[in-house]
Amino acid sequence: MEQILTLAASNLISPIILSFVLGVVAALARSDLSVPEAVAKGMSIYLLFAIGFKGGVSVADYGVDGRLALSLLAGIALSFVLPIVAFGLLRLMSGLDRLDAAAVAAHYGSISIVTFVAGTSMLEGAGLEAEGYMVAVAAAMEAPAILSALWLISRGGDGRRMDSDLMREIMFNGSIVLLVGAFLIGCATGQEGLDKIDSFIVAPFQGVLCLFLLDMGLVAGRGLRQGGGVLKPGILLFGVVMPLIGACFGLAAGVGLGLSTGGVMLMMALSASASYIAVPAAMRVALPEANPSIYLTLSLGVTFPFNLTLGLPLYLAIAAAVTRG
Amino acid sequence: METHKAKRVAVIIEAVMQSRLTDAMEDAGVTGYSVLPVLGGSGRSGAWSREGQVGRGQGMVQVVCIIAADKLDDLLTKAFPVVEKHIGVVAVSDCEVLRAERF
Repeated sequence: MEQILTLAASNLISPIILSFVLGVVAALARSDLSVPEAVAKGMSIYLLFAIGFKGGVSVADYGVDGRLALSLLAGIALSFVLPIVAFGLLRLMSGLDRLDAAAVAAHYGSISIVTFVAGTSMLEGAGLEAEGYMVAVAAAMEAPAILSALWLISRGGDGRRMDSDLMREIMFNGSIVLLVGAFLIGCATGQEGLDKIDSFIVAPFQGVLCLFLLDMGLVAGRGLRQGGGVLKPGILLFGVVMPLIGACFGLAAGVGLGLSTGGVMLMMALSASASYIAVPAAMRVALPEANPSIYLTLSLGVTFPFNLTLGLPLYLAIAAAVTRG
Repeated sequence: METHKAKRVAVIIEAVMQSRLTDAMEDAGVTGYSVLPVLGGSGRSGAWSREGQVGRGQGMVQVVCIIAADKLDDLLTKAFPVVEKHIGVVAVSDCEVLRAERF
């Protein structure tokens, strides 16, 4: 336990976190530092492919057990339920109207894949492994929250439905396709496949993640600078409280499923994280009247940094304590 | 050289709505259009910039088409439900083209 707490403290001065902090500081200082759009896109493709592939190899190595299906079901259930919790909490804490509250809630039922990637990186640093299929759980948790948000709105008498185009766009968005595709390739090719490309997807991973988080820091900092004014104290508090509540749900699910320490930690991280890519796009289509400044700034400028700096070490410490890892 | 009168319709709209808008335009008989990236701007929803957007959900595009004047009403009728509730601008202007049969 003490070792895990030491790791948690050292996380704050890891290259990954410091790169993120550098980005935030640069953006807040109005520096002209920027990562070209195509480079950021390339890095995100690299990270998704690498994490998906390694997850698939892990499944190929250790085989598939019944927990895979149960974990997927648990992830989907969490993604459905968490927006309802978030919606109630938002209405209580922030005074947001139904529309904005539902739009924000959708983000907190879905996931941040970068938080997941940072979580796996932290586990590697701690010498812990997680179930490889957690990658598939991450993919499964992207979309159900959007349906929950629309259901919450429809309960208020607004008969919005998700059109088939939007459903297709969500289910087949680039991140999900790449993550699941790389996972399946990893499953199919196993360790032999990994041996062929490990110099590309294993060794450079941490360095690329640093640069990617530098870019994310820039984005988060700019978001806070431009949209920070819309976040009232109650909403800001929600951005920190909701991840902790989500993590508790993830903890219960992970422990109930009998996952390893790493698996429980990742389930907590997924449940605690908030989307800032797939869900904002879906909300712009389905709930265009909702204020994007609120949900984007909250998700990217408050919850993401919180999870990255304090949340992940905390989740790892709790997961280790509960599973006695 | 002889020129022909036509209408130029420029719609600035959120990137996530692009395909829905172009579908509506094609449905209205528009035979060609151009899609341009928007770098940034400011309006009723506040200032924004393409720089630092993490997802396509936050970007804007401009869709431009040139059509014969008699197609304008149908185009606007079909495009309006797509743009009605979204951030953006619809602008119609007169223009002249050399090859009228293309529009």
